[in-house]
Amino acid sequence: MSYQGKFRVWRGDDSGGGLEDFTVEVNEGEVVLDIIHRLQATQAPDLAVRWNCKAGKCGSCSAEINGRPRLLCMTRMSVFDESETITVTPMRTFPIIRDLVTDVSFNYTKAREVPSFAPPKDLAPGEYRMQQVDVERSQEFRKCIECFLCQNTCHVVRDHEENKEAFSGPRFLMRVAELEMHPLDTADRVDQAQDDHGLGYCNITKCCSEVCPEHIHITDNALIPMKERVADRKYDPIVWLGNKLFKRS
Amino acid sequence: MARAEIAARTLRTDRWWLPPLTTFVGLLLISIYAAFRTFQGDFYWVDQYHYLTPMYSPCLTEECIPAASHFGRWFPALPGFLTPPVIIIPFLLGFRITCYYYRKAYYRAAWASPPACAVAEPHSKYTGETRFPLIAQNLHRYFFYAASLLLLINIYDAVLAFGTGVGLGNIILLVNVGLLAAYTLSCHSCRHIAGGRLKHFSKHPVRYWMWTQISKLNNRHMLLAWTSLIFVCLTDLYVALVASGTISDLRFIN
Amino acid sequence: MPELERHSFDVLVIGAGGAGLRAAIEAREHGMRTAVLCKSLFGKAHTVMAEGGIAAAMGNVNSSDSWQVHFRDTMRGGKFLNNWRMAELHAQEAPQRVWELETYGALFDRTKDGRISQRNFGGHEYPRLAHVGDRTGLELIRTLQQKIVSLQQEDFKEFGNYEERLRVFQEFTVTDLVKDGDRIAGAFGYWRESGRFVLFEAPAVILATGGIGKSFKVTSNSWEYTGDGHALALRAGASLINMEFIQFHPTGMVWPPSVKGILVTESVRGDGGVLRNSDGKRFMFDYIPEVFKDKYADNEEEGDRWYTDQANNRRPPELLPRDEVARAINSEVKAGRGSPHGGVFLDVSTRLPAEEIRKRLPSMHHQFKELADVDITAQPMEVGPTCHYVMGGVEVDPDTGSSSVAGLYAAGEVSGGMHGSNRLGGNSLSDLLVFGRRAGAGAAEYVRALDQRPAVSEDTVTEARATALKPFQQEGGENPYTLHMELQQSMNDLVGIIRRQAEMEEALQRLEKLKERAQSLTVEGHQQFNPGWHLALDLRNMLLVSECVAKAALLRTESRGGHTRDDHPSMDAEWRRKLLVCNVDENGVSVEEKPQIPIRSDLLDLFDRAELEKYLTAEELS
Repeated sequence: MSYQGKFRVWRGDDSGGGLEDFTVEVNEGEVVLDIIHRLQATQAPDLAVRWNCKAGKCGSCSAEINGRPRLLCMTRMSVFDESETITVTPMRTFPIIRDLVTDVSFNYTKAREVPSFAPPKDLAPGEYRMQQVDVERSQEFRKCIECFLCQNTCHVVRDHEENKEAFSGPRFLMRVAELEMHPLDTADRVDQAQDDHGLGYCNITKCCSEVCPEHIHITDNALIPMKERVADRKYDPIVWLGNKLFKRS
Repeated sequence: MARAEIAARTLRTDRWWLPPLTTFVGLLLISIYAAFRTFQGDFYWVDQYHYLTPMYSPCLTEECIPAASHFGRWFPALPGFLTPPVIIIPFLLGFRITCYYYRKAYYRAAWASPPACAVAEPHSKYTGETRFPLIAQNLHRYFFYAASLLLLINIYDAVLAFGTGVGLGNIILLVNVGLLAAYTLSCHSCRHIAGGRLKHFSKHPVRYWMWTQISKLNNRHMLLAWTSLIFVCLTDLYVALVASGTISDLRFIN
Repeated sequence: MPELERHSFDVLVIGAGGAGLRAAIEAREHGMRTAVLCKSLFGKAHTVMAEGGIAAAMGNVNSSDSWQVHFRDTMRGGKFLNNWRMAELHAQEAPQRVWELETYGALFDRTKDGRISQRNFGGHEYPRLAHVGDRTGLELIRTLQQKIVSLQQEDFKEFGNYEERLRVFQEFTVTDLVKDGDRIAGAFGYWRESGRFVLFEAPAVILATGGIGKSFKVTSNSWEYTGDGHALALRAGASLINMEFIQFHPTGMVWPPSVKGILVTESVRGDGGVLRNSDGKRFMFDYIPEVFKDKYADNEEEGDRWYTDQANNRRPPELLPRDEVARAINSEVKAGRGSPHGGVFLDVSTRLPAEEIRKRLPSMHHQFKELADVDITAQPMEVGPTCHYVMGGVEVDPDTGSSSVAGLYAAGEVSGGMHGSNRLGGNSLSDLLVFGRRAGAGAAEYVRALDQRPAVSEDTVTEARATALKPFQQEGGENPYTLHMELQQSMNDLVGIIRRQAEMEEALQRLEKLKERAQSLTVEGHQQFNPGWHLALDLRNMLLVSECVAKAALLRTESRGGHTRDDHPSMDAEWRRKLLVCNVDENGVSVEEKPQIPIRSDLLDLFDRAELEKYLTAEELS
């Protein structure tokens, strides 16, 4: 059940690079990451690839396969035709380090900009009481394995490097939503989302939800509800009028 | 540090351009039809069976056929080429244009921002919905209220039409308001207002239940957006064909 | 020679899994300038793979639970070989450590009255595992990661620098510990990205590097698990204990080949999944060992009743400790009653409604769907044993996590003693938290009490650099991948789940040859993100640790927990009193016996005499 598969893998670093052709053995039941490993072991020992758990749980092996952002370990070879040439490239949105490895520090910077969980001050450990229905929304977002494929595919930063400063990306807007919906969080996250994390840049074209390997409904359950909360506060003409009339700030 | 040097705009090998193209053509055809019917100013009322097309409901100006104006003719006759629907269409259109699903659809299909996932967009600058005019998308909620009101009127029209008996037109009007109601209820704003805005569902069991039900509908928001839109056009077409005498209504009772 | 990057910290934590991060938080909260060094990206550590939950006797679901019961279960699971003091501290402190996670923002599944829900698990008498569906490890890692971020935000407010007192160096490998005389003085390593070398000067180092599974062919462990901490400790002069005890998780995926070994959580069985052989028989009823006969159901009816009424029924044998289940599966497959791909069937599809399976076991559903194209709500899974966890590790002081080398600490899987000869499911995550925190505090106290900081000599640095660069200096040597595959095959076949004297002797001979060949490895390319080079350096650690495992396994002539001898099939109470200690000196690896510290009498009183008779010698009982 083996065959010789055709692959084109991007190789290079920040000084340049390009697609290189390889022919590699493919066996039944394998995923793209297996092929990359076989390439390392047999033809390109210094081919750089980032990976870890190989079970879709750690979110390390993010790349683009035939132009689509995917986890290398969760893309089965059986979805491709045997005669097809499979192109494997690094994530486009982040600076390249080498071959398939990119510098994802943008995401760690953005993570630090989200103010942390703020529980009530008088609540001692062990006294937390939360109902299952109240934690479920945030639990969905906490399924995130931080593969950063959503950050990579989002056109706001993918196509516009200059927006990286103002826009935290779907992953971290979802983190804001997670805290906003946390039943014991006391901080106000609505203005933050809009002013500090660039929620307004999102035009809900849903590519983040499309690429999420955990199938989190990022747009419907995190981003839109945050936009609605912002609308509650900032774009409610009635509230706005009231503020104008009574000169509240 | 630079990004990987890849010249191609996308390396996708599937037909990624097909969905936006289909969306674009679909929206274009529907717009053309709706514009034509709006400015036609005729064939919106079947007097014999009391069918009123949803595109002309409520009919509020002097030029309306009196029997079709279920709520009276509040406004004087409109000048020039304007017809009665121009009063209500801004609200209906506003609801659909600011809808979270349609935004995705036309941002992708009509503005190519982005045309498809992982396909570079052609624009050199992008500010999203952070400034005028797109910041007005945040008004979706208010269009939702307006559209809900118009929906109630459509339901009233559909029920009223049963006064003369039952025909295929009645069934069509009924299905139409059913689909419109499902689309309206499945709206993200509706989901937010019903319960989504709450921090503690457990303290509001009824609103949590509503949120759960609306969430299920919301999963099908795209499907409902298209079916209700197409069906409104079909309903209007049916009324127009009957009103113009092109076809006769299929009657079940009377 | 490019200039060496240098950093100075109070405490270095090597490893960013549960234990490492908890240790770093504690050290930082004790005011220490702390650095975390990890091979992967921050937040990707192997802890994310833990599925079932965190064992802690909070008594939220069954109020009869207490630390004493948890202690008892842990000792039983480890066949009484555990370091009793560690088991005691662990059982006592686990609830606080779990509650603490909530204050960091963790969101566990809840009970009806809003407390943390707890689930059943193999070897635990009461429902005890705090969990989030079947992704508890991810929750743990993310929560600790976010706590670290919150501490960094505090520093940013105070100093204008996020990394003032707590810094994470990710994708960084430590190749050697550096000493000043008998004391730890820091660590030497390289950035995986650039290959550039870095020297960290620090008086205290906490090892939290996890396990050694990558020395075996079929394993649930990720590439990081190359026994780095075990080897660093050995080379620094610390000793390892219990290295013969390796847990083979009974249920790993067996197909497709590329994911062979990846874990299928025990919760599948805890939630009603049953094991069947190719005849459709629930074979576990044939494998209940004598010591467990009164705790486990001997017929399917009673076993099934237990899921709804735990007070009046004994639990089904699918929930026996992991070593028992792994051996049973091994025997069934050997007897020709296995599944098509060489495992047995684990079926939950006929036991729970599809909706319920998706709700309770979402990641398992996802994993099988995506990786094996199997729908577990409709079909049984094929599973078999996989190398999962090493009970052995650095010998530490239970209270502080200190090794025998001044300034060197260890916590989590890399430390030894806590789990005895076999670890219970769920006790790993709690171990990370309890002893991660203790090691962080222990290291902080040590640093605070120092009156003079150790210094690093330039010679040590030169030597460490030369060792790391050796694979580039040679030509015509072997490819590290080949050597790694041979090592994995040997360990799997010869020092695996069932062991025999002759096979282990052969394993040791092969290891000797591999060691020789490893001297002349050749790596192509340059230092920048070069996986071949990384493997060549990791291989040195794997070979060292494998030798400890094989030598200790050969010496222990009994079967106990994660050490099963075909030629010595029964447990021997005399052996319970002995630990095997592994050390390295100029003559190489040596393993010696050491007497076990007797269990404190008030802790012994927690058990029935009849039970103790199964484990302890007559002399100990009198």
